[in-house]
Amino acid sequence: MSTLVRIHELTKNFQRGSELVQVLQRLDLEIPQGDFLALMGPSGSGKSTLLNLIGGLDRPTSGSIEVAGHDISKLNDTALGRWRADNVGFVFQMYNLLPALTAQGNVELPLLLTSLSASERRQRAAAALQLVGLSERAQHKPRELSGGQEQRVGIARAIVSDPTLLLCDEPTGDLDRKSGDEVLDLLQALNDQQGKTIIMVTHDPRAAERARRVLHLEKGQLVRESV
Amino acid sequence: MSNGLSQIITITASNLRSVSERKAASIVAVAGIAGVVAILVGVLSMREGFRATLDQAGAKDVAIVLRSGSAAELSSGLTLDQTRIISGASSIVQKNGVPAASPELYVIVDVPMRSTGTEANVPLRGVGAQATRVRSKFKLIQGRMFTPGRFEVMVGRGAASQFAGLEVGKSVRWGTTDWDVVGMFEDGGSVSESEIWTDATVLQGAYRRGSSFQSVRVQLGSPSAIKSFKDELSVDPRLNVRVLSEYEYFSEQSKSLSTLINAVGYTVALLMGLGAIFGALNTMYSAVSARTREIATLRALGFGAWPVVSSVVTESMLLGLLGGVIGCLIAYLGFNGIRASTLNFASFSQITFAFAVTPALLAKGLLYALALSFIGGIMPGIRAARLPITSGLREL
Repeated sequence: MSTLVRIHELTKNFQRGSELVQVLQRLDLEIPQGDFLALMGPSGSGKSTLLNLIGGLDRPTSGSIEVAGHDISKLNDTALGRWRADNVGFVFQMYNLLPALTAQGNVELPLLLTSLSASERRQRAAAALQLVGLSERAQHKPRELSGGQEQRVGIARAIVSDPTLLLCDEPTGDLDRKSGDEVLDLLQALNDQQGKTIIMVTHDPRAAERARRVLHLEKGQLVRESV
Repeated sequence: MSNGLSQIITITASNLRSVSERKAASIVAVAGIAGVVAILVGVLSMREGFRATLDQAGAKDVAIVLRSGSAAELSSGLTLDQTRIISGASSIVQKNGVPAASPELYVIVDVPMRSTGTEANVPLRGVGAQATRVRSKFKLIQGRMFTPGRFEVMVGRGAASQFAGLEVGKSVRWGTTDWDVVGMFEDGGSVSESEIWTDATVLQGAYRRGSSFQSVRVQLGSPSAIKSFKDELSVDPRLNVRVLSEYEYFSEQSKSLSTLINAVGYTVALLMGLGAIFGALNTMYSAVSARTREIATLRALGFGAWPVVSSVVTESMLLGLLGGVIGCLIAYLGFNGIRASTLNFASFSQITFAFAVTPALLAKGLLYALALSFIGGIMPGIRAARLPITSGLREL
């Protein structure tokens, strides 16, 4: 399998008051196309920061991040936004759906950044909702959905523009076991059947078991890999 | 980013649907802007009404002749001979074989105001039979004309409504003389309606003016005839006069008061506007901070900063527009047509006028509301767009 993400000597520091916090230290990592990688580690170990950097939501202090051959740390804000819209799907712990929009409207959001017509956007969003098993809930607002359903809408939104990379930050962190399992089934199917490359931050060992690889971070460094 | 507009529309629509969750702050912003617009439009409608009254008084084909160097009728003086020479000028329109020229004089009398009971200056104008010929909109609306040679007056509609004791049939005492009110007239809303009229000869006797007048009003064939009329009078060695159209005369008179009302109106609106901007700022900052995570999510999905800023500004301006419309309505319902009187500095006499809320003023009020709400929205919008995405996503 070819390498999709290549991280070289990645360092990220934060300034907190007068104190310099070193979150990631000279980290090297390669993630092949089609991988399902779980990032684990205690709070403050830098796993979410690493996910944000790979997704282009934040910028490294030094080092490089190449995704599909492009060094995204060199892109300006506008280009980075466009790159995210084209290449990355995000799944958040708290789902982050817009409360005023229906499930369909939320899933259509990323397609507003493409040149698709309104009817094409509707069709694509309907197909994504069908894939996550929520066709009959398309016209419901987030507050009318259960947590598990909301997260499945979140996944439909993440895959609707067919990105190469799915980044999930604690996708089951706010769900009961049954809903969590459904969400993990869905992610596993997207990896197995559609070949999506998935990087998932999690505290939950049961969630991590679904991944092909598990990386453990501590104090900003990779300490262990298990398969 | 081919769908920039639909991005803005989607985010704005989503914002607006959540306005109900920020009802209190939104109402404060709308009310603040409505108040400012109502005051601005109200004050300026006073100026509009004042100006309209003086404008309507001023025909362009009617000329006023004053003594040279006089700014107003009050400081002018013309002898009987001079008024006859003026009336003989060839540019003056002839009506029934008589030149349409009206020699007039003018004194100021004290009349109590209806509203406060305090005495105010009202012009008492002495006119002859020609006075109505140089005022095309003149109409007697109650009673009759005064009888020449008797101590009788007729009052303008504006004067009758603002001052006490001027009802037809009543008698008023000015100086040592009692005057009977015998009629009421209107003149198309002009400044003449703020006056009281009597026979010129009677007035000359009562106020010891001999046979002198203060002005001659003449009807010309067209507005352009004023030049030849001026030329004709200026070459006559017996005359030393100033000629200007009625329109010029009144716009000159209204200038100082219009300027004052303008200055007061805009200063008040500016100061209140500052307050309203803070209201709008507060509303939009709270709107933005309530939606920090939503905005960060949209930006994570790839939405640009520009649609985020535009949507915040659009929401603010929609609230501003609502406030503006309410303010205009308040001003229109509350001020339009209200009659008032004020001292005309140029003539030292009261002039009555109606507040006029014109379409142009309403447009001005709405524009001001939009400008205030734009300022109130742009800073919170920029803040929303500049907040780091990763910290926005952590907000609850």
